[in-house]
Amino acid sequence: MNELVDGLEKVGTALAAVAIVLGILLIVFFLAARAKGKAQGFLAGVVFLGPAVVLLLYGLIVPAVRTTAGSFQNAEGTKFVGLANYGWIFTAPGNSTFLINTVLWIVIAPVLSTALGLTLALLLDRMRRESISKSLIFMPMAISFVGAGIIWGLVYEYRDPSQPQVGLLSQVVMWLGVSDPPNWLLWQPFNNLFLMVIMIWIQTGFAMVVLSAAIKAISSDVVEAAELDGATGWRLFSRVTIPMIRGTLIVVLTTIIIAVLKVFDIVRTMTNGNFGTQVVANEMYAQAFVQFDVGRGSALAVVLFLAVVPLIIYNVVQLRKERSVR
Amino acid sequence: MSVEAHEVIPIPTPREESIPEAARRKLSSPWASGLVVLITILWTIPTFGLLITSIRPPADATSSGWWTFFTNPSVTMSNYSEVLTGGTTIPGGITPYFFNSFAIAIPAAIFPVVIACMAAYALAWIPFKFSTAIFFTIFALQVIPLQMSLLPLLQMFNKGWSLGPIPIFPDLNKPGSAQSLFQGTYVPLWVAHTMFALPRAVFRLHNLMDSLTRELMEAARVDGESHFIIFRKLVLPLALPAIASFAIFQFLWVWNDLLVALTFAGGTPDVAPITQYLASIKGSYGSQLQLVTAGAFIAIIVPLIVFFSLQRFFVRGLLAGSVKG
Repeated sequence: MNELVDGLEKVGTALAAVAIVLGILLIVFFLAARAKGKAQGFLAGVVFLGPAVVLLLYGLIVPAVRTTAGSFQNAEGTKFVGLANYGWIFTAPGNSTFLINTVLWIVIAPVLSTALGLTLALLLDRMRRESISKSLIFMPMAISFVGAGIIWGLVYEYRDPSQPQVGLLSQVVMWLGVSDPPNWLLWQPFNNLFLMVIMIWIQTGFAMVVLSAAIKAISSDVVEAAELDGATGWRLFSRVTIPMIRGTLIVVLTTIIIAVLKVFDIVRTMTNGNFGTQVVANEMYAQAFVQFDVGRGSALAVVLFLAVVPLIIYNVVQLRKERSVR
Repeated sequence: MSVEAHEVIPIPTPREESIPEAARRKLSSPWASGLVVLITILWTIPTFGLLITSIRPPADATSSGWWTFFTNPSVTMSNYSEVLTGGTTIPGGITPYFFNSFAIAIPAAIFPVVIACMAAYALAWIPFKFSTAIFFTIFALQVIPLQMSLLPLLQMFNKGWSLGPIPIFPDLNKPGSAQSLFQGTYVPLWVAHTMFALPRAVFRLHNLMDSLTRELMEAARVDGESHFIIFRKLVLPLALPAIASFAIFQFLWVWNDLLVALTFAGGTPDVAPITQYLASIKGSYGSQLQLVTAGAFIAIIVPLIVFFSLQRFFVRGLLAGSVKG
């Protein structure tokens, strides 16, 4: 009972904080609106844009610069060490595990999620009643990686084959006739694949919903014209549907790749990077916050950053193109 | 004339009949429906197993599969009462963390949306130098992985930051004491989540602001209304659905976050969110499946309720971000 009262008090405090911040904004608005003429335009710019710019400066730009600088320093951040941390990442024995795993993650998980999402979107487009399936497949998107880790931990749970099985996967495999299922999460290198399944489980719904919207947006004139020309089935799909949703496909794929690059929670809760499942993002956390090696942690963060940059540049170019069209 | 699909993607509700009815009937085959049903079941079973396990007595849950529940049903609520308030196995309950998650996620959903909305308005409708450059910079900031900001931001909160002799960010530690002003409060979490959400939020809301018609805005300007009045009386009401959908999206994001929490919350029942508690009981009491699953269910029930009741908004938020709308 006490906990309930405490809890509600906490939420009340949080709401009060929201009210205070919004109140301050209102007062600033009220005061700034009294300015006249040219000053008003300038003031409006500052008031509207100021908070975002300050927060981004302190929260992202400055830290990014400092992290980059930190990546050239030693563990305590007291001495310049050149490229030593980067050298460590790419040459230290054992590090190839998390490098290779990360590459596997960004190749396998996004492609499978997108392919599965596209298949579902196409199938759903042919169905009359789609909403329940759609909601249920989309649902994992709302579940945290930690929650998903526990859900799938139950699927991968290992028991000695002589005992009654608790893990669903082992049981299904035994029903299918395999007498000695492996301990899935320790089974290298396939355990990486089992962790990726969790990511695919979460991201497929996302791909499905976005691609489904794109498919629905294809104008019926186009489809009818193609059908008049005799395009059906596979040809309709490969010559009309795919080119028409190409832009969306790329956005979905890059979005999932970026999410996968930063994957941390799944690996941390399932294996904590043991048994050959380490990835860059979790190694970064381990170096920075467990080993307290600021230099290596920073260098790993920079590597993540450099891996994401080409994807975003590509997106910016796309966006620019669209803007110039309009 | 080529129409790029991503330029014209509408919100998918209400459903548009894109493919002609005849073609649809021709194409809808039993195997397609069957396949969808099969995948739906596959996708749902793991979560269903979690729910079943969480209501089984400890001896059953740890020594037999959850599917045996249907041949040998026995239900208990004791797992939930133990997880909620603490008991013989787990000393501390999940309740404080549950409320912490609300106290973290509600402000952390509202702050970035409000600030981003203002910024998006300024970038779209207040003419000034470099506004395009600023927009693209903010858009590009989405690249910076969380991981890159964590360490410096933590140091900044704890020790302040100065460029040489010039203090850029004040040292919030009182002189002579190690106690930071922010330590043990939600403030670092709110601020950090707000900062990290801004690029995404500004980008999404900017698309929306851009789409408000020029006539409408110019009419308002000609009437001599100030930006502050236009923003409050005209733009905010129009943008409300988009704001709501982003806020919902952000709420779920923050509720489900682990990385920011691990870095800034410190793991105490005072501020740590439910994900952090879950990760820790999974580590310490992983073999007590019935307790871990009960905890997980308590943690996911809130996002699931939000998701199912506000799915339409959620989908809108999602599409606005990944598809140009």
